[in-house]
Amino acid sequence: MSLPATAATTKQVVLAVDGLRLEARIGALVEDVSLALEEGEMMGLVGESGSGKTITALSILGLLPAAAVRHAAGDIRFRGRPLSGLSEAEFNAIRGRDIAMIFQEPMTSLNPIMTIGAQIGEVLEIHRGLSGTARRDEVLRLLELVGLPASPDQLDRYPFQLSGGQRQRVMIAMAIACEPAVLIADEPTTALDVTIQAQILELIARMRERFGMACLLVTHDLGVVAETCDTVAVMYAGRVVEQGPVAAVFRTPLHRYTEALLRSIPAANPPGVSLPAIPGTVPAPGARPPGCAFADRCGAVIARCRADLPPRITRDDRVAYCWNPAA
Amino acid sequence: MTPMLSVVDLVKHYPAPGGKSVLALDGVSFSLARGEIFGIVGESGCGKSTLARTLMRLATASSGRILYEGEDVMAARGRALKRLRGEIQMVFQDPFGSLNPRHTIERIIGEPLVVHNRPGRAARVRELLDLIGLPQSAASRLPHQFSGGQRQRIAIARALALSPKIIIADEAVSALDVSIQSQIINLLAQLRRDLGLAIIFISHDLSVVRHLSDRIGVMYFGRFVEQASAADLFAAPRHPYTRALISAVPKLPGAAGGPCGKRIVLSGDVPNLAHRPGGCLFHPRCYIAQDRCQKDVPPLAATRPDKPDWLSACHYADEIDGLVAETASENR
Repeated sequence: MSLPATAATTKQVVLAVDGLRLEARIGALVEDVSLALEEGEMMGLVGESGSGKTITALSILGLLPAAAVRHAAGDIRFRGRPLSGLSEAEFNAIRGRDIAMIFQEPMTSLNPIMTIGAQIGEVLEIHRGLSGTARRDEVLRLLELVGLPASPDQLDRYPFQLSGGQRQRVMIAMAIACEPAVLIADEPTTALDVTIQAQILELIARMRERFGMACLLVTHDLGVVAETCDTVAVMYAGRVVEQGPVAAVFRTPLHRYTEALLRSIPAANPPGVSLPAIPGTVPAPGARPPGCAFADRCGAVIARCRADLPPRITRDDRVAYCWNPAA
Repeated sequence: MTPMLSVVDLVKHYPAPGGKSVLALDGVSFSLARGEIFGIVGESGCGKSTLARTLMRLATASSGRILYEGEDVMAARGRALKRLRGEIQMVFQDPFGSLNPRHTIERIIGEPLVVHNRPGRAARVRELLDLIGLPQSAASRLPHQFSGGQRQRIAIARALALSPKIIIADEAVSALDVSIQSQIINLLAQLRRDLGLAIIFISHDLSVVRHLSDRIGVMYFGRFVEQASAADLFAAPRHPYTRALISAVPKLPGAAGGPCGKRIVLSGDVPNLAHRPGGCLFHPRCYIAQDRCQKDVPPLAATRPDKPDWLSACHYADEIDGLVAETASENR
C-alpha cells in the first residue's frame, strides 16, 4: 500500500501541522506535534486513550472546546493557508468543503430529529448552493455512492431507524458531498462490528480512489492502520513519538513504545503464550515526567531518558524521538 | 470426562411490541470442562451477552437446560441458587460502570463475602489484591483513583472472592487500551493456570479470543454456527460465516493470515432479531448459499469423522473450500 519514497516527494502537502501545542488547565495535552499529509495520502494517527490523537484531529478543524483547551502554539495549514486564527465564518466555509470529518459514534453526530435526506441536503445547500430537485437528486446519488438504498423513501428516514453501519454511511455521504481534499476520520469503525468495519474501510478506500482525497485516520487499531494506511504517526502522552511509512514502521519500529506495543498484542504472538505486556499505565496530562514520557514503562530505558527530552532521529523517510532506538 | 457445565438447547424469548416475541437464543448447546477456556465470538445481537446473563440466572431462559456439576441451574431457588452463584461469577465490560464509585476497594472486593457470610474478609481481600497484582494500599482507596486496567483487575478480584469454579467474562478487555489489554489477558491466563478456573470468554475481538481460548464457539443470530478447538477453527473454518469473520479482522504485517487469504466482505447488515429469515439464518448474507439454504435449517453437527468435537452448522461444510474458490473466481 505504501508509496515509494520517490513518488511521494512529487506530491503536494495538503494539510500541515507544525509544532502544535494544546493546553488545558491541568497542563499540556499535546506538545510539539507535526504532521504533513500529502494529496491522496492515508495517514494513521494511532495512540491509546489520552495520547492526544483525537484532540489533535479536532484542533485541525477548529473544533476544540474553547473554554477548556487552548491552542498555545504551532501552525495548522491547509494548502499553505494558515487555519489557526480563522474566524468562525471562515472556518465554516472550509469545514465540510475542503476538510470533512467523520466521528466514532454516528448516532450522536447525526441530528436525531432531522431526516437523512435533510441532513445530507443541508451540506449541499450550504457549500454547493443546491436546492429543490437538484439537491434531492444529488442526495440520492450520494446515497448510492456510499452503498445505501437510493430510493426516495430513504430520504425520509431518521437516524434511529438505521443500523450503526448505515449511520456511518450517512456520515460518509455528508463528508464526501463536496469531494473534500482531506477527510479526518476519528475512530470511524470502532463502534462497528468487524464485518461492518470491513465494509466501511472498503468504502473509504473507494472514495479516496475516486476523489484523490487524503485521509487522516485516527484509531487505536494497529491492524486497521497496517491494512489501510500509507503512513503512520504514533502518539504517546501528547507527542508523536514515531512516524513514517506503515510497512517500515511496523516491520522495524524505531521507538521503544512502538516496538513494545506491536509485540504485546495477541495477533503478534502464538496462541496461549504469556503476552509481553507493557507494564504500568500511560501518564496523565499534567503528570508527565520530564524527559521521555515512556521511560517508566520502557524495557530499554537508560539514564538520559528520564532527564532530557529524546532527540529527533531519522532513518530514510522515518522520524522517531528516542534516546535508545530499537533499530 | 463429564463436563463441569453443560448447556442444552437453551432458548430465550424476549417480549416485543405488538404481542410478538424476539428470539434471542435459539437452541444453544455447549459444554465447558474443568479449567477450560471457552471463547464465544459473534457480532452485536448474536446473543452472546444474553447467553451470559442466562447462565448467571440474571435472565430466565424460556426453555432448555443448564447443568452445573449435574445440578439443574434453572431450577435452583433460594439457598441453592445463592450457592450456585458463588460457583459461577461474572466480569463485565465496563470497569467504570460496574464498580460503586462511593465504596472503597476493600468494600467492593469484600462485598460478595458479606453477602455469602464468609468469615475472614480482611485477610481474603489482601490475598485477592496480591493475586490480581495491586498493592495492599489499594484497599482503602476509591475506584476513581484507578485507571481502567486497574479497575478491571478490581472487578476480577471481586469475581474471585468466593473462589468460583467458573468466570464468565463478557467483553472484559474490550474497553481497555491496547497496552493494558495484554496485561489483563495475561492475568486471566494466569488465574486459569494457578486456580484451575474455567472461563467463558465472550468477545467480539477474534485475535484476543484466539489467543486465550482452548475452544471457540461462533454465534450468529442466537445460534452457534460452529464450535471447534481454537487451532482448528482458525486453521480451516468450516462455516462460511466463521470464514468471513476471520478474514474481516485487519492483520498486522507478518501475522498469520489464516486460510482465508483474501478478505471476504459480507454484504448486508448484522442480523436484526425482529426479522428472521427462513432456512439457514446466515443465507441472506452468505456468499456460497445454494437453493437448499433458504429452506432447510442446517443442524450444528460433527462434519469431520476424525474430529467429533468440531461442530459446524452448514449444509456445505465439507465442500466449503471448493465453493469459496468458485465464488471468488466468479467475482473476478
